[in-house]
Amino acid sequence: MIQSRPRTPLGYLPILLPAFALIAFYIVPFGSMVGMSFFHNLGGGAYEQVFTLENYARLVSPFFLSVLGTSFEVAFLVALFAIVIGFPFTYLLVNARRGTQVFWLIVMLSVLSLSEAIIGFAWSTLLSRTAGIGVLFEALGLTEKAQSYAPSLGAVLAGVTYIAMPYAVLLLYPILSRIEPDIEQASRTLGASPLRAFFNVIVPMHRTPIVVSFVMIFVFTLGSYLLPQILGRPTNWTLSVVISDQALLQSNMPFAAALSIFLMTVTILLVLLVTLINRKGAKA
Amino acid sequence: MTRPSALSRRTLLKTASALPLTLAAPSVLRAAGEPLKVGVYGGYFQDSFDSFVYPEFTKATGIEIESIAVPTGEAWLIQLQQAARAKRAPADVSMMATVSIMRGMRTGLWATLDEAAMPNVSNILPTLINRYDDGGLAAVGAVSWYITVATNTDSFPEPIGSWAELWEPKYADSLGLLALVSNSYLLEITAKTFFGGTDYLSSDETIREVLGKVAELKPNTRLWYRDEAQFEQALKSGEIPIGQYYHDVTGLAAADGFPVRSNFPKEGGLRESGNWAVAGVSEKIEEAQVFIDYMSQPSVQAMLARNLGTAPNVARESMDLTDEEFAAVSSEIAPVIPRYDLHFERTDWLNQIWAEMLQA
Repeated sequence: MIQSRPRTPLGYLPILLPAFALIAFYIVPFGSMVGMSFFHNLGGGAYEQVFTLENYARLVSPFFLSVLGTSFEVAFLVALFAIVIGFPFTYLLVNARRGTQVFWLIVMLSVLSLSEAIIGFAWSTLLSRTAGIGVLFEALGLTEKAQSYAPSLGAVLAGVTYIAMPYAVLLLYPILSRIEPDIEQASRTLGASPLRAFFNVIVPMHRTPIVVSFVMIFVFTLGSYLLPQILGRPTNWTLSVVISDQALLQSNMPFAAALSIFLMTVTILLVLLVTLINRKGAKA
Repeated sequence: MTRPSALSRRTLLKTASALPLTLAAPSVLRAAGEPLKVGVYGGYFQDSFDSFVYPEFTKATGIEIESIAVPTGEAWLIQLQQAARAKRAPADVSMMATVSIMRGMRTGLWATLDEAAMPNVSNILPTLINRYDDGGLAAVGAVSWYITVATNTDSFPEPIGSWAELWEPKYADSLGLLALVSNSYLLEITAKTFFGGTDYLSSDETIREVLGKVAELKPNTRLWYRDEAQFEQALKSGEIPIGQYYHDVTGLAAADGFPVRSNFPKEGGLRESGNWAVAGVSEKIEEAQVFIDYMSQPSVQAMLARNLGTAPNVARESMDLTDEEFAAVSSEIAPVIPRYDLHFERTDWLNQIWAEMLQA
């Protein structure tokens, strides 16, 4: 990459537009949310513009910590499933014929075009006792009587992983498609089975992309609020569900803002921690 | 023609209310010939008012109406308050939830109405009249609807006689209940069923005691729903065969041939209402009063029951509804009335203890 500073002030002109966009569409709204989180809620969507810490005082409670725990549990498991399924899938995909690759990439992209509400309803039907796999399992004799598998933690994980999968594949695809075929051939020549070559050579080689993809899916999943409502029980409702309830149904904007900043801060700290650990691990 | 479900009138607007429409409506010149602006919940409600109510009203009074779509939830209240500061009224008359009426009363948002100009308001049930502290009339009940016990008759052929049955072990993991303290009104229903009435919800201790009784429903509840469509579909298919739901919508589903029934428990269905209130800055208060008076006539209330499926806000004897028409929208059993005062004064606290109960 060529890196040189512009020689004249005019040379900085091209970055003005992105800088303006960043300020107008990111920093200003974010700043107003930070400000909002310190206002006093009057109820019914009204608030008083005075400085108060009451919103933050309220969220420091065992209840909100346990809801945060639920969020992290869901996001962690979804990121894990998405990588565990997505990495081998993508590896097979990059080694497949061109036509097959295009087909699967289109399938993945079309998942992204579906509304989350539709995905939620589809999974709740699929996991139902009256019209879903419950009926199938009964017919196959796997269960004595048709059962329902939603709402449950498993249903939430299935639904959210379904949404996260395309991201996992699209994140890993460009990286895995750059693998030299010689590497696997070399390990095969040295006597490794294809499975062993995959686990002992390919996976460790891609440690950093795997960690990065994991973190990105983790963060992306933390924002999920619709599927936990549709597919989960109250114990599976994430902090994002609570935030959307506060903002949309209780009209308590200051508290919703405080919860959002709380979630964001903890997330950033967590991501920093993972990055640090990964860097140390990579050096060792 | 199939009538759109309550989903369109309630849930869709909940989503719409997520967008605080703070864009100022252009201030228009107020001319004498301008129509009266009436706001009701957009979607099903507005469509019905546009076709059944406004044309008849204009025919009867000569007053033209401009129909305004109002979001449910509190977004409309915020818009009215912001507009009032700029001395504008985006709608002269609005249909509002009772808690929103109370919030507006606190800031004096609503005009004090002249009862002498509205003789028909005396028909409206006294519980549906909201007054300022000085006795001035602030809001008049517009329409009501009931939440009852809905059942899938394939799963449970016998009618349900009491809310208390929902606590029975035989319904383990079978119920669908509304997810929020402010839309399930389960505190009120439980207080009426087990504690002698909603007056029991008088202190923190008694509210927590009633909440403890609500918590006993958790093992029986499969789905705590926010989205009406989700429960309605599960009820029709028998996936979730019993729960609380809107009486009118259940009746329509039954009429469409689905195996569902709305059961009025002996403790009464829960009765929720929308109210008419007039913006204090409106320059059409007289016309607004003519409108509210017109809407309070027993004949108009009966017409709403037939065409919108809302429960009338006037005494049954004053209307010409047949038994069948009346049963389709209401019941003679005294209803459970939400403790709106509590929801108004203790919003955050109620919401917090409710969430802790549910998500623990």
